Amino acid sequence: MIKFFLMVNKQGQTRLSKYYEHVDINKRTLLETEVIKSCLSRSNEQCSFIEYKDFKLIYRQYAALFIVVGVNDTENEMAIYEFIHNFVEVLDEYFSRVVIMNYRNVEMTPESIILLFFYLRLMGTKYN
Amino acid sequence: MPAPIRLRELIRTIRTARTQAEEREMIQKECAAIRSSFREEDNTYRCRNVAKLLYMHMLGYPAHFGQLECLKLIASQKFTDKRIGYLGAMLLLDERQDVHLLMTNCIKNDLNHSTQFVQGLALCTLGCMGSSEMCRDLAGEVEKLLKTSNSYLRKKAALCAVHVIRKVPELMEMFLPATKNLLNEKNHGVLHTSVVLLTEMCERSPDMLAHFRKLVPQLVRILKNLIMSGYSPEHDVSGISDPFLQVRILRLLRILGRNDDDSSEAMNDILAQVATNTETSKNVGNAILYETVLTIMDIKSESGLRVLAINILGRFLLNNDKNIRYVALTSLLKTVQTDHNAVQRHRSTIVDCLKDLDVSIKRRAMELSFALVNGNNIRGMMKELLYFLDSCEPEFKADCASGIFLAAEKYAPSKRWHIDTIMRVLTTAGSYVRDDAVPNLIQLITNSVEMHAYTVQRLYKAILGDYSQQPLVQVAAWCIGEYGDLLVSGQCEEEEPIQVTEDEVLDILESVLISNMSTSVTRGYALTAIMKLSTRFTCTVNRIKKVVSIYGSSIDVELQQRAVEYNALFKKYDHMRSALLERMPVMEKVTTNGPTEIVQTNGETEPAPLETKPPPSGPQPTSQANDLLDLLGGNDITPVIPTAPTSKPASAGGELLDLLGDINLTGAPATAPTPAPVPQISQPSFLLDGLSSQPLFNDIASGIPSITAYSKNGLKIEFTFERSNTNPSVTVITIQASNSTELDMTDFVFQAAVPKTFQLQLLSPSSSIVPAFNTGTITQVIKVLNPQKQQLRMRIKLTYNHKGSAMQDLAEVNNFPPQSWQ
Repeated sequence: MIKFFLMVNKQGQTRLSKYYEHVDINKRTLLETEVIKSCLSRSNEQCSFIEYKDFKLIYRQYAALFIVVGVNDTENEMAIYEFIHNFVEVLDEYFSRVVIMNYRNVEMTPESIILLFFYLRLMGTKYN
Repeated sequence: MPAPIRLRELIRTIRTARTQAEEREMIQKECAAIRSSFREEDNTYRCRNVAKLLYMHMLGYPAHFGQLECLKLIASQKFTDKRIGYLGAMLLLDERQDVHLLMTNCIKNDLNHSTQFVQGLALCTLGCMGSSEMCRDLAGEVEKLLKTSNSYLRKKAALCAVHVIRKVPELMEMFLPATKNLLNEKNHGVLHTSVVLLTEMCERSPDMLAHFRKLVPQLVRILKNLIMSGYSPEHDVSGISDPFLQVRILRLLRILGRNDDDSSEAMNDILAQVATNTETSKNVGNAILYETVLTIMDIKSESGLRVLAINILGRFLLNNDKNIRYVALTSLLKTVQTDHNAVQRHRSTIVDCLKDLDVSIKRRAMELSFALVNGNNIRGMMKELLYFLDSCEPEFKADCASGIFLAAEKYAPSKRWHIDTIMRVLTTAGSYVRDDAVPNLIQLITNSVEMHAYTVQRLYKAILGDYSQQPLVQVAAWCIGEYGDLLVSGQCEEEEPIQVTEDEVLDILESVLISNMSTSVTRGYALTAIMKLSTRFTCTVNRIKKVVSIYGSSIDVELQQRAVEYNALFKKYDHMRSALLERMPVMEKVTTNGPTEIVQTNGETEPAPLETKPPPSGPQPTSQANDLLDLLGGNDITPVIPTAPTSKPASAGGELLDLLGDINLTGAPATAPTPAPVPQISQPSFLLDGLSSQPLFNDIASGIPSITAYSKNGLKIEFTFERSNTNPSVTVITIQASNSTELDMTDFVFQAAVPKTFQLQLLSPSSSIVPAFNTGTITQVIKVLNPQKQQLRMRIKLTYNHKGSAMQDLAEVNNFPPQSWQ
């Protein structure tokens, strides 16, 4: 079951976050900083699955952007890994060059953000 | 009032902020503008404002004032408004807010809307944050939508149904008829969500599980089509057709096939097919293979298939990709218990993984290596593991050290090897060794009689150079105290004996005492060792007397007490000194619980020695003794005789005696903690005999009725009895404490005392909190020895915290059934 889905840049700024379970708003920022810290400290040689508290983090780096998905124990990590990539490909297709070209400023139109959220909702629920 | 800025502008502005403070300022300004705009009830720009609010919420700023606005947007007729409104509801509202109930009517209307997109929005929102009341009201509508022919709606309805079932499990029956045709769909979206729905239903209810087993052939067919069908651009991911659906179906098959032979048989072919046909060059294929392996392991598959699965995992291990290796190690760990021999084949690869750079992989490899150690490979494995211990990160050292000790204890090929290994661990990772390893080691050393000289010599050499590692120093101090005479006489056979004088030995012990690095416990060990040497050394007794008398005024209370007592021993009881400080006898060996799972035979047939069958509730004597003493209100447990923990239950009886008045315990010795090991060890040993000779609970005497020993103030304690056929005077009582009040009882402590002719042994409880409303129980095991077959009576004392106040109660239990003691 997916617990959360984050897109965070290298400086630690959250570009997109979606939580599938209720987490208090002040705990969210704390969670995000800790998560990005553990992802940033990994080198390229290390594997993409981290054990963090009581869930697993699966992360993937695209240029300066990290996409991190937190799942619980029952999930197939490699399937989630593929899912992240699938998601990025969809974004790429749908919003054409917006995402790939501008990783430093992931700009989105209002409609895009909304559709992004809906897409995340649908994809996420499939994993819940 | 000028038109509020668009979301895009807002994002751009926020991006330009260079510091956190600047960003906060911009956001606050915008929040104020939005708030005033809301107050003006402006319909045209509400949608834009809420969108901005959502963005700010995502960044972490509070946005609760937008909740009502979301509701207004939902009620509007424009699609764009509804869209933002529902999105806002999903993000900002949840069942904790009272406002959300207002949405129910809107959602109901929208579920019946003419446009499918609006219906879709409503389904999405309900499936995201619907509370149980909402779900109950709207479940009928969802069920209706589950049966439409519109695949767009059908898939959303399926996901919504999953949420409804989660919130209100009783409604599961309602969705059952709708699921009949779900798998007949062609649309992958619907298929995927239907499989999710079926999975959810099967996981929640065993009846549903049995009912859906008949779907296995259909699922197998769908999976087959997916694999065999050619390229379909819609569903292709790196050459594989809809891998997400494949993984989902495999998972559902796993749930359906668990514990069921027929279904498992029906799946065998397709699993073999998936396992062999899937392309493994990309991650996608590997993900599917991983899921397949997990499924094969879980269902009742035939052995050929299991070997295939393990071979796939072995192949994963050789792959360059870290992710795959990690995943393989994790699954191998899960299967090592059941398919041990197959996993052994890949042992060398696993051991190589110990040298990997990645922390997660190293941890898995370490756990797996411990599971694979057996008598045949112990030497080689230990070499690798010791090397690993040297070079690994500190967080692993403790676990690794404990694991090495356990493995060495079970499979040591020779005593000397064993002691060498222990020494190596103590010197490399000495400070990370767990505290309870010290008494175990001491016990081990005592038992290997012929190695005493060798051991003490090596230990002496080890601490000569460096006495900062506490466990090492403790063991060394104890050994030197016990076997100092062997050290000085230079009689070691195994290696070159060294020339040590008595003074040198005393020097090192004294420096341990003085050193700032030694903890209080270590100092205690050193002082006792010095004292013991007074009988073993001949020319330095005066020096020893001097040292002991110096510490008679030490600030450390423990040291002071010991020194004063030893002084007394010199002055008044000198005639007893040599008897008291005699060599320790060989101790009963009792198994310990280590951090890693204890694998019973590790893939080899051996006559299971008694020690390797850990009785389920048989912790080592030190820990249970400590628990018993902890029970008695935190008495300072000083390991005066660290090697005779078996004396503790007997001496604890003295304190229990004081607490509970007139019931005496057998064998309460003089409570003076002076070392008197010899007479006391024989006493509780027959209790330990009961422990180490057989697994206790294999002879459950049927039909001894259980009794309610205590029931007051909502706390109920039940006793269930078991008798051991091998030792008819032992009765094992399992107590279960449950709490029917509405608040938990914390810090729950159960104590018991029995009449003089009985002996009592209390093991550690399962927890110290009794949850409210009888939702759980605390379990604790009591062993009572009743050699004279007298009627069992017991006094119990309960202490716990309830409703903020500390409660305490004494009670007597007299209603033991005759079968429990006759």
